[in-house]
Amino acid sequence: MELFRDVNVDWLGKKWYFLAFSLVFSVAGVLSILFWHGIKLGIDFRGGTLVYVQFDQPPNPDRIRQAMDRAGIHDSRIVPYGTAAQKQVAISLAQKETQESALDTGRQTIVQALNTNYSSGGGANQGKVDLDNASQGTLAQFLQQNDPEHLASIGGGAQKYAEQAAAILNHRDHDLDGIFSSIDQLNGVADPAVVGLLKQSAYLSGFHVFAADIIGPQVGAALRKQALMATLYSLAGMLVYLWFRFELIYGVAAVVAVFHDTLITVGAFSLSNQEITLTVIAAILTLIGYSMNDTIVVFDRIRENLRISRRETLTNVVNRSINQTLSRTVLTSGLTFLTVLSLYLFGGEVLHGFSFALVIGILIGTYSSIAVAAPMLVAYQDWRAKRGKKAVLPAGKKARV
Amino acid sequence: MRKTLLIVAVLLVFVFGIFGIPKGVGPSAWKTALTDRIHLGLDLKGGIHLVLQVMVQEAVSAETDNAVGRVQADLQQGGFPARSVLKPDPKKPELIQIQGTPPDRVGDVRSLLDSRYGAQYTVASEPNNNWTLTMKQTEVQSIEERAVQQSIDTIGTRINSLGNYEPTIQEYNLGTNQILVELPGVDDLSRVRDIIQSTARLEIHLVVGGPFPTEQAAAQSVGGTVPPEDVVMAYGGNEPDLQGQYFVLQRIPQVAGDDFRDAQPSVDENGRPDATFILSRNAGDRFYQFTSANIGKSLAVVLDNRVQEAANIQQAIRDQGRITGLGKDKAQNLSLMLRTGALPASIHYLQESVVGPSLGADSIRRGVLAAIIGMLAVMIFMLIYYHGAGINADLALMLNLIILLGFMGFSGATLTLPGIAGVILTIGMGVDSNVLIFERIREELRAGKAPAAAVDQGFGHAWVTIVDTHVTTIVSAIILFLFGTGPVKGFAVTLSFGLFANLFTAVFVSRHIFDSILKRKQRGEALSIG
Repeated sequence: MELFRDVNVDWLGKKWYFLAFSLVFSVAGVLSILFWHGIKLGIDFRGGTLVYVQFDQPPNPDRIRQAMDRAGIHDSRIVPYGTAAQKQVAISLAQKETQESALDTGRQTIVQALNTNYSSGGGANQGKVDLDNASQGTLAQFLQQNDPEHLASIGGGAQKYAEQAAAILNHRDHDLDGIFSSIDQLNGVADPAVVGLLKQSAYLSGFHVFAADIIGPQVGAALRKQALMATLYSLAGMLVYLWFRFELIYGVAAVVAVFHDTLITVGAFSLSNQEITLTVIAAILTLIGYSMNDTIVVFDRIRENLRISRRETLTNVVNRSINQTLSRTVLTSGLTFLTVLSLYLFGGEVLHGFSFALVIGILIGTYSSIAVAAPMLVAYQDWRAKRGKKAVLPAGKKARV
Repeated sequence: MRKTLLIVAVLLVFVFGIFGIPKGVGPSAWKTALTDRIHLGLDLKGGIHLVLQVMVQEAVSAETDNAVGRVQADLQQGGFPARSVLKPDPKKPELIQIQGTPPDRVGDVRSLLDSRYGAQYTVASEPNNNWTLTMKQTEVQSIEERAVQQSIDTIGTRINSLGNYEPTIQEYNLGTNQILVELPGVDDLSRVRDIIQSTARLEIHLVVGGPFPTEQAAAQSVGGTVPPEDVVMAYGGNEPDLQGQYFVLQRIPQVAGDDFRDAQPSVDENGRPDATFILSRNAGDRFYQFTSANIGKSLAVVLDNRVQEAANIQQAIRDQGRITGLGKDKAQNLSLMLRTGALPASIHYLQESVVGPSLGADSIRRGVLAAIIGMLAVMIFMLIYYHGAGINADLALMLNLIILLGFMGFSGATLTLPGIAGVILTIGMGVDSNVLIFERIREELRAGKAPAAAVDQGFGHAWVTIVDTHVTTIVSAIILFLFGTGPVKGFAVTLSFGLFANLFTAVFVSRHIFDSILKRKQRGEALSIG
């Protein structure tokens, strides 16, 4: 099977369309960054508190917001997390409520507010243990204190109850996906005496805090700086490598193309009002490497062709090189796109931003090697010709490998 | 044949890397073997991730506090006592000021200060027979480094006293003097937090005045502004009459931190919990001298910068004492802290993340599902598009994956969720090298070359490009590794391992498969490459 055979497209003839296309997307992104949604940073960069909660019943954001308001938290953001069937929400607080001296208070307030508004039984739960949120240590200690199997005199209670607690929580976290709907679900998981005790003196809060991130302002600032530096260093590193392997102009063209991709990807995050987190930055750095790959494949071919046909105009050589590598470009991008799409569709909520960045980035990265990097080489040569310099693009240093 | 053996050997080595030697057969034995070798990151396993800041300037301050006493004693012994020795600015813990040395002994003072303190301090004379000692930068640095190291050790001991948590405690590269604590599989944040955060900085200060109802009243009692050698501290014990009151204390403690050798929770004659402490021998001697000279004055026991109790000195105390006014938990905690070693400085929390086990399990399920679907899609496509050569690519791809996971098993690298994404990307990008080569071979075949020559030329031409593309991706992976933290680092690791594995499989293995196919073919028979 073959998709592209003897393609002969005049890519450079379409450079004005490309320019228009790139401009529209970059400018839309930049406008959105400047005037519309801005760049929405995740709490790892902003600093703040983020609590992930799973509910027994489908959560109602308004009810949660009211609960937060009553607890004195007025600027919480409540967004559904994952699919509707998972009944999860992420509750976040901005940085100003997350101080370094009392990093944990935001989380505690959220949990307390949920507890007063969601737990059945309310005040009657005083002194009882919350099975939905109990940690293994707490539960084991609770069992040992109450000693339902009367092991205190025989001994071995500590180990026995630690095992029971582990079994109960393993059932909750792995078999039931984090939350009980009834204490009866413990029948057969733990010893009858233990289940009996828990039925009496444990309760289900109806929610389960399954993850929390609390990031102080200092770390947020450091991570922001780090992400920016990493992106810049990685661009600089590639520029230097291409300079060494080809010529400076190749490096510059490739870096401009990659910068174009980064800009459009970040713009896409702004347009779709999604948060940029640490993993998104990792995706953007990968995308830089990926887009660079694509550009280099085309450049390598240009260099090779320049060496064998010195009389041909640069425009022709570049066109021919793009056409010759087109099949590979489309195939590889297509296949990588396939894997990334699989990640986007099946990889779950945690990787959503990451795979979104790559889905956009791979499309744009492939486009930019053909439509931005290669035309820049020709434009550079035209510019040199106008200034009366030697009108031949240097073929680049001889490949050393 | 030799090459085939080499490839099989590599395969076996890396399969061993992934599984080790499983204890038994059956899926569960293999699964345990797998999880023994490949470590899961906190985001997959669940656990607590903390970033702590060590307030190192406190350690520097404690060191200069100590030096103030020594300078005073040295000058006294030399026969040229200073009017006062103090730390002029609480914000500059490295600075000591000596005021009013005898005007006729300038030379002696200078030579004494230079010989005793010249190594750690820069000695400068100032007008009016004053001197300043500024701790040298190298000395400040070494104290800070020691403080961070000691904090790491102490936190490690404390966490280990809680149970078998397999903690990672190390310096964190994001900022200065920060510590990273990772506790896989633990979700009991409050317990861990309590034990790490109690600095249990126990000190005994001389009381200048108090108790006062407000901070202002306390300051008024010493003339409106608190002089540099004094400090105002709030009451933090459980005596009802003293709640919300303030004391004025001498800033420099008589005994502190390392001077305490041990403490035990006990019960006083009225059955209330308290703690007995024992001082180290040196500190005991010093404390004896001090208390004998100050009978009738008041001492305050200060815990974490709050006055725990204040009492009159009724007799000289050598090395044992009792602290009352503690709750039962506080007494127990305090004695645990003093036994495991005090933190050299207090600890601030900068970041806390807790990942519950249910989220981790869900992430693994989804990540693996996405990887399998992505991989199947790629493999099926390669078969359809390249026919026989597609099998070649698929074999290379599978070997690539085995080598990648084997690398992780051998190196003890941690697999994180972004790391799984790295594996998936490696699949996509790994196939790129094959596509480059196959497309080139097709081109050469179209140009009329014989299969053997086409394969040779195809690999030759594609090799240059493959090197370039791999190097640039490795550059970005290295930068990610250097700058990234936690999960992102895991991603960089899998990505780079995947790239190295890919160089081997796509170029060497795939070439070898082509060569062995060509050898069996008749001259002129076509190559199956779609």
